[in-house]
Amino acid sequence: MGKAHVYKKDNINTDEIIPARFLNTDDEAELAKHCMEDLDEEFVRKVSPGDFIVAGSDFGCGSSREHAVWSLRGAGVAAVLADSFARIFYRNAINCGFLVVEAPGITEKINNGDELDIDSKNGKITNLTKGETYGFTPLPDFALDIIEAGGLLNKLAK
Amino acid sequence: MAMTITEKILAAHCGEDSVKPGQLINARIDVIMCHDVTTPPAIAMLAERGMDRVFDREKIVVTPDHFQPAKDIKSAELHRRLDTWCKKHNIKYYYPLGRAGVCHALLPEQGHVRPGEVIVGGDSHTCTYGAFGAFSTGIGSTDLAAAIATGELWFRVPDTIKFVLNGKLPHGVYSKDVILAVITRIGTDGARYKAMEFVGPALADMSMEARMTITNMAIEAGGKNGIMDVDDVTRAYLKEHLRDKKEYTVYASDPDAEYERVEEFDCSSLEPMVALPHLPGNGKKIGEVAGMAMDQSYIGSCTNGRIEDLRIAASILKGRKAAIRTIVVPATPEIWKQALDEKLFDVFYEAGCVISAPTCGACLGGFMGILAAGEKCVSTTNRNFVGRMGDPKSEVYLASPATAAASAVEGKLTDPRKYL
Repeated sequence: MGKAHVYKKDNINTDEIIPARFLNTDDEAELAKHCMEDLDEEFVRKVSPGDFIVAGSDFGCGSSREHAVWSLRGAGVAAVLADSFARIFYRNAINCGFLVVEAPGITEKINNGDELDIDSKNGKITNLTKGETYGFTPLPDFALDIIEAGGLLNKLAK
Repeated sequence: MAMTITEKILAAHCGEDSVKPGQLINARIDVIMCHDVTTPPAIAMLAERGMDRVFDREKIVVTPDHFQPAKDIKSAELHRRLDTWCKKHNIKYYYPLGRAGVCHALLPEQGHVRPGEVIVGGDSHTCTYGAFGAFSTGIGSTDLAAAIATGELWFRVPDTIKFVLNGKLPHGVYSKDVILAVITRIGTDGARYKAMEFVGPALADMSMEARMTITNMAIEAGGKNGIMDVDDVTRAYLKEHLRDKKEYTVYASDPDAEYERVEEFDCSSLEPMVALPHLPGNGKKIGEVAGMAMDQSYIGSCTNGRIEDLRIAASILKGRKAAIRTIVVPATPEIWKQALDEKLFDVFYEAGCVISAPTCGACLGGFMGILAAGEKCVSTTNRNFVGRMGDPKSEVYLASPATAAASAVEGKLTDPRKYL
């Protein structure tokens, strides 16, 4: 359960999620301090562990930097819900065991600050604030397996 | 079953006779490209899990490029981690400082890109190598770690969009203008998850350098890979550059292969393009934006830092002065030396430009030309996102080397055709 941070914007790119000026480190705690900095300087002060980002289409476009996922995870973000995702970000998120929910039209349904709960297996978003539920197509089983294992490498290491 | 070139390469690498879009496969990897930002974390991930191994020390190509020469202490640490790992595993193709270059210019130049292969790299612009008829795509650090340790990766076979580049490029219009026009038409997610297959007579006239500018920016339309056929131009380049002279496999799309859609472009009617902030798909014809004052011109990067690009820029800057800060970044040591030998550096020096060592540098806001708040830069690079080259309030205008050079001369966005 967590709070929604809604950005009604398409093409939120990896440079906005974690600017390249901070890519001289791969320390997650350090990256977390600058999460979403070029889009919303206040984000790291507003976010609490377990919160969600809700955004428009093509979230995570741009660079292949997995640092984008690490900074979100480090900042406490539990999942990103978006109309759609850019390919490399989507793949990186799954590989890191980080939940991504593709739900077209989601920014129209959820308001900033709404309390949400996500059931990733059954494809259900519960909006506790509004008393509504929204369905989404769950990730394929192999991707859910990777997320459950805590990421691709943990799965390979088994 | 009829297949596209992308499907044929993927089928050959997963042991299937044929594959179709949407199918999940495990593909054998021929070449892995590693650089200084995404590889050190990949190495650490493997070490933490007791998996510190490489599947084949001869199939991994390593070059620091983003922050090299080390721009600060933290990046020096990244370089040290990369260097230690390369030495420990005796990585055969390791290009340390002095031989290091911008990865996507370096790998083809040094003969690591062969048609028909599957190439992955820890960098989104790895799609560049598709210009040689290879399947090539960018990955993150976890995929990179998995590929380094196992030599395999899972893929979803992409749908393909065919881009037919008809006609002949007019004087003063370049492959950069073509790809900016393509992205402007279809949007920055217009080819999301898709293979972008480029064909047509306008391509046949282009050098490999020019073709690489197009496949380089496939990711800017959301593409998984960009790909082109092998022709005599490709073969001539490979003959000169390949270090391993053994035969390569040339694949081509079947005439009845299925495409998600076909996009036709009349290149004869294209004009120089400028992509306005803050998306590569915000392309405008130069006539619509000429006259806008700039603070800096940047000529370099994996998109346009090759010798042909520097020659084009020099042809405009010769005998003229840059009116704004102008930074020229030859992408590799070979290109740097070639530019020196051709006396292009004299031209740049006389014009008042600064010439940098090979580096990704300011393209991604690393160093060597960072923008202050409110500044505008015309740049031959591939991205103009918010804060891409510096302060979040700075702006990047993407253009060809000719347009960047002409704009340097006038200090404002300028149609290069008047100087050609």
